[in-house]
Amino acid sequence: MAKITYIEHTNKEHIVEVPNNITVMEGAVQNNIPGIDADCGGSMACATCHVYVDKKWFNKLEKKDEGEEDMLDMAYQPNKFSRLSCQLLVSNELDGLIVRMPSKQS
Amino acid sequence: MITTDVLVIGAGPTALFAVQQLGIIGLKAEVVDNLDKVGGQCRELYPDKPIYDIPAIPVCTGETLTKNLMKQIEPFNTNFHLSERVEQLVKEGTKWKITTNKKKIFVAPNIIIAGGVGSFEPRKFPLKEAEKFEKNSVFYSIRDKKYFDKKKICIFGGGDSALDWSIELSKNSKVVLVHRRPEFRGTPKNVEIVKKLEKDGKIEIETPYQINSIEGDNQIKVITIKDDNGKIKKIDTDYILGFFGLIMKLGPIAEWGLNLDKKHIPVNTENFQTNKEGIFAIGDICTYPGKLKLILSGFHEGALAARGCFKLARPNEKYRFEFTTTSKNIHERLGKKQT
Repeated sequence: MAKITYIEHTNKEHIVEVPNNITVMEGAVQNNIPGIDADCGGSMACATCHVYVDKKWFNKLEKKDEGEEDMLDMAYQPNKFSRLSCQLLVSNELDGLIVRMPSKQS
Repeated sequence: MITTDVLVIGAGPTALFAVQQLGIIGLKAEVVDNLDKVGGQCRELYPDKPIYDIPAIPVCTGETLTKNLMKQIEPFNTNFHLSERVEQLVKEGTKWKITTNKKKIFVAPNIIIAGGVGSFEPRKFPLKEAEKFEKNSVFYSIRDKKYFDKKKICIFGGGDSALDWSIELSKNSKVVLVHRRPEFRGTPKNVEIVKKLEKDGKIEIETPYQINSIEGDNQIKVITIKDDNGKIKKIDTDYILGFFGLIMKLGPIAEWGLNLDKKHIPVNTENFQTNKEGIFAIGDICTYPGKLKLILSGFHEGALAARGCFKLARPNEKYRFEFTTTSKNIHERLGKKQT
């Protein structure tokens, strides 16, 4: 279980407890948090679950693989803290994670 | 004008299997899809990725699944209207009049929307001002490459579309290739050619940069690009081209008076009809309590929607359930010899 803070581009915060072994994307979708579209449902095929990971957290996460980096090329305004939230698996270690959503996903 | 029993919108796996189920019960379908080929998401987004949850098929790719479904519907000689998008639906009497963006008109008592999450459109530059230049200096595809002859062109993207066009257009024009990171995801061969062209002074490569601003009156004159640390560079250019892949947009479906729940169409689970009589929705685009976005769920939804269509297509007949193993009618429809 991890407490995750999702921040919309308007700065509206959503703090939810997300169970282990689902993804940060699923945590948002299951809690009806706006700003993460996840059109492809988590198969890393659409780049519409793009988030900016808080910079204190970015290096604590498992590194992204090549496929994710490729998909991020298509994301809306990616930066060096960009990740696809469907690739971030929740575990106790992510307790306190903060992610921000872009102003839109496409 | 084309009259048919059912117009199917979309040509993904769910749509293709719905065509099979319609064919089995003796209904004729026409299929319209915005893409230039059949297969929908599983062919467009992940043609080579393995799918492990199609019943009785331990593993197959989107490409194979599509081919097999096409084989399965062969007996029905279905017409496909590809690279075409349904724009408008109007109820005329008991039938729907359907108009596409190419002004083709269909008349049918039933419509099955198997539209995935909408139609694929190019992803665009994130700048608002890019839109006003779309008519003459911002592009997301190339129709006539001569238009770009002897011009200054900035190409954005890291995939093969960006690389292919950089290579091609650099023959007659000045090309700057801009990408958000130093690595390109195109094929190693394309990357090698582009790197060589850079070395020979035929292409300029700017990484890791993204677009920051566009200036110009009627036509683009100057753009700026920016890296993650805020460093800005100015580039004089006539045209910019963006190759950021495709995104799915609901598009005209949102205008048809159907109930919508976010980007999905609520349906009943008896026959997958929407709030409009004769309009059904199946696959990823529909929603109902317990909905799973699985291809196998889409197949089930198509089977039931097909029976739902029967009632309106054959108002004077009674639908009789038959098995494909034993039904003479079905064997005839499939063109199988009687035994």
